Amino acid sequence: MSYLEYAVKTTPSGFRKVLYLNWPLALLLSAVACVGFLMLYSVAGGSFTPWAEPQMKRFALGLAVMFTVGMVPIWFWRNISGLAYFISLVLLVAVELFGTIGMGAQRWIDIGPLRLQPSELMKIALVMFLAAYYDWLPARKVSNPIWVTIPVLIILVPTFLVLKQPDLGTAILLLTGGGAVMFIAGVHWAYFVAVIAGAVGLVSAVFESRGTDWQLIKDYQFRRIDTFLDPSSDPLGAGYHITQSKIALGSGGWAGRGYMQGTQSRLNFLPEKHTDFIFTTLAEEFGFLGGISLLVLYALIIMFCVSSAMTNQNRYAALLTLGITTTFFLFFAVNMSMVMGLAPVVGVPLPLVSYGGSAMVVLMLAFGLVQSAHIHKPR
Amino acid sequence: MKRTPKDAATGSRRLTRRTLFIGGLQASFIGVLAWRMRFLQVDQADEFRMLAEENRINIRLIPPARGEIFDRNGVAIARNEPAYRITIVREDAGDVETVLGRLSQLMKLDPEEIERAMTEMKRSAPFLPITLADRVSWEDVSRIAVNTPALPGITPEVGLSRGYPLAQDFAHVVGYVGPVSDYDLAKLEDPDQLLRIPRFQIGKVGLEAKMEEKLRGSAGARRVEVNAVGRVMRELDRREGVPGANLQLTTDYRLQNYVQARLAGESAAAVVIDCEHGDLLAVGSAPTFDPNLFVEGISGTDYRALTENKYRPLAAKAVQGIYPPGSTFKMVVALAGLEAGVIGPEDTFYCPGYLEVSNRRFHCWKRGGHGSVNLEGSLQHSCDVYYYELAMQVGIEKISEMAMKLGIGVHHDLPMSAVATGLAPTKEWKRTVRGQDWVIGDTVNSAIGQGFVLASPLQLAIMAARVATGRNVTPRIIKSIDGVEQPSGSGESLGLNPNNLRHVQQGMFEVSNNRRGTGYGARIIAEGFRMAGKSGTSQVRNISAAERAAGVTSNADLPWERRDHALWVDFAPFDNPKVAVCVVVEHGSGGSSTAAPIARDITLQALFEGDPPLDAYPAKDREAVRERQERLRALRPDVEREKKSRA
Repeated sequence: MSYLEYAVKTTPSGFRKVLYLNWPLALLLSAVACVGFLMLYSVAGGSFTPWAEPQMKRFALGLAVMFTVGMVPIWFWRNISGLAYFISLVLLVAVELFGTIGMGAQRWIDIGPLRLQPSELMKIALVMFLAAYYDWLPARKVSNPIWVTIPVLIILVPTFLVLKQPDLGTAILLLTGGGAVMFIAGVHWAYFVAVIAGAVGLVSAVFESRGTDWQLIKDYQFRRIDTFLDPSSDPLGAGYHITQSKIALGSGGWAGRGYMQGTQSRLNFLPEKHTDFIFTTLAEEFGFLGGISLLVLYALIIMFCVSSAMTNQNRYAALLTLGITTTFFLFFAVNMSMVMGLAPVVGVPLPLVSYGGSAMVVLMLAFGLVQSAHIHKPR
Repeated sequence: MKRTPKDAATGSRRLTRRTLFIGGLQASFIGVLAWRMRFLQVDQADEFRMLAEENRINIRLIPPARGEIFDRNGVAIARNEPAYRITIVREDAGDVETVLGRLSQLMKLDPEEIERAMTEMKRSAPFLPITLADRVSWEDVSRIAVNTPALPGITPEVGLSRGYPLAQDFAHVVGYVGPVSDYDLAKLEDPDQLLRIPRFQIGKVGLEAKMEEKLRGSAGARRVEVNAVGRVMRELDRREGVPGANLQLTTDYRLQNYVQARLAGESAAAVVIDCEHGDLLAVGSAPTFDPNLFVEGISGTDYRALTENKYRPLAAKAVQGIYPPGSTFKMVVALAGLEAGVIGPEDTFYCPGYLEVSNRRFHCWKRGGHGSVNLEGSLQHSCDVYYYELAMQVGIEKISEMAMKLGIGVHHDLPMSAVATGLAPTKEWKRTVRGQDWVIGDTVNSAIGQGFVLASPLQLAIMAARVATGRNVTPRIIKSIDGVEQPSGSGESLGLNPNNLRHVQQGMFEVSNNRRGTGYGARIIAEGFRMAGKSGTSQVRNISAAERAAGVTSNADLPWERRDHALWVDFAPFDNPKVAVCVVVEHGSGGSSTAAPIARDITLQALFEGDPPLDAYPAKDREAVRERQERLRALRPDVEREKKSRA
């Protein structure tokens, strides 16, 4: 069945599309965002400024973006996948050349009042482009070395650019997100086994390089790894983030200290309490029950997305949905592992909850694509 | 690319399999996160909650008010005075330079202090107050208070600092406090937390140091909630400290002032002890210093001036100084002889002016000799040969025993720094300490308070009081602690034969009141106030045979530090002893000529509790005494006015 056929025959059109939206998904996203507002209100000491209010506005914008993108037929998005990827790539290079320096890393481009983070865009564009690639590629050629090399390059070029900024968190997300799309598309197991083996080799090389003049990652990244491995070695220096965040989590206990009663965050013991470490505040104030509830919300989002993808016979739509879902999963999995001391501190925000500029809007755009895939399913 | 249906089918089957696999991976990782959350939040909750409390709660000490010290009349000797500091808080000040510029127009700022404050400001958190100027005058503080709107971040803070309103009068008795030093901390095994407060004042010397535990009090505490950078967010609870105990001394501020003023110009010491209770009414050492200089840490120049002075102003000579007691020791030898039954009061020795003992000639101070002298005569004339003979018969052991009984060579437990023990030598002492055998010459020297015998002015005053009363008068300097009266030092009877005691007392009376007594020149003529005294002139050098031959014996020809010490002890009134006094003038040449007149003035001041009537003095002295009284009256502290200005 070609696009044209089912597009004309089975997809809803006009306002009927609204009925076919993935409403449970939209509700779940809103619920998670509300948790975010609640926490941002709390960490500001019971105030809508400076974080909760802008975050609400941004989420409203995000919802609008999601609905708009969702209304646009999926084949349109398929057709501009390549373009999106190349524009993102150009922006990434632009950031290299004249981006704003912030937080020790080059990540933003200022376009008038808008602060654009091309690496955010790239996360989506990469998944789109890979999905389009595998949609175009016949399934029997998928594991052919030549046809494997192309997507690998598609992934590695932006990953390399992001790593240069340097933004380890996003680089990891791009790499694993892209890898996940390749895996789902059916690339042979052997490639992944080889890559994992190679990664182990690379990690040992990175550690070998420490202190030499060909050092592969920055000193602060080494320190973060050190503190991850042993946070108690430097409790007031680099280990401070992890130690304090574990204290906050632990002191929350079963049911938490109560809303706005978290001493760790209110007294500023927690670093980046409104961004990357916002989960610790939630866990401190609402305890294990609060933390688990958020985790369940995330799990439900994943579930609805995966089930939508599995019932979608359109290969591009299914791959895109799964790619975005996996990227979303990686977001919160990496963030939570980090605050719980399971992974080193890499700058990855908690999706939809952390206070963040373009991240929220871009994420909603991605879910807009998921909605588009859902609405325009061949039925 | 053209797609076959078969192709699409395998593709979609594989897609479903892989999707399920990825979904499974994600689900299991969510499980891991949930398990980890449970571990941190449920299993280890208690431990982490405790750590969070530790983070949050900080204990701040509240320093207690230090106990104050008063004289026996309730006049403040050491008290806590408000001390104003000017502090700046960087985050409130905004533009520090401008604010400091404006401040310097209002008060004089020490550029060095400002430099230090600026560096401190850079290092510490912006909300912490930094001291710009310490010990600021009230005028400056009020000027700043009026101009606060123009001086953001500048706050005058008031704290308590030690002040000694009577300045140098009690420097040697009360001592002083100073900022706690690393050296102080190192000396203590388990220092009070209070001592960790920067610039906390602790007693360094004298009563302030010895009574530190009582004066300090105990710290209160505030439990405060702090944030990550240490800013206090709120106070959780507060426990007030216990202020230090107030001390009332036995000393009289007027008499103490008189003693210090009277001794000024000499390197000297004087002690006035109340014969009834052992109360120390005055403990003077000259020269003295201003203890207020030490409170905030003394400057190098001031300190050098004190340490390089050859009169040693920092030494509390009255209790720390030890001197050969010279002839003032003769009462000890006389009583030892009488109590041992070696002589009777009327037994005489013949004095030819010298005594030969084992081929050595011991001279009497009077070259021509005193002829035949009995006990009272020996004291009146201070005949040395009488005591040479007597001592050889009594033996050093008995003399030493009597000395200790009368308070010489024993430690008196007073809360003052380095209270000297002196020395009442015995044969055993010489063997163990010097590693030599006692020879008869040592006994002969001891007989006139030379040789090894050493006593402090305090001990000599105690001796005079014990001779006057026959009781074991024990000195005390603290009258009451927080209103609780301390045990009196009036003491039990020494068990001396009253008849023997009376003869010795009579001998001392003759010294002062017999026309031929050595202290006749410094007598008191007011009936009912007459004193009994004894002079002493102790050598600080050995007179060589060559010197003696050359006839250089006049003290006036010697450099100051080689002249004899002048000593005097007395008690008065003779028939009802109230006070006992000892005056030592270092290198003052002659006991009766230098020390006795000072002692007379002090004794009369003590008896009359102020300036005595001039007719207490012999007519020829009155003019000089009147002039001196006028001069010293001007130096008397005006505590009445002081009290008013405080109120």
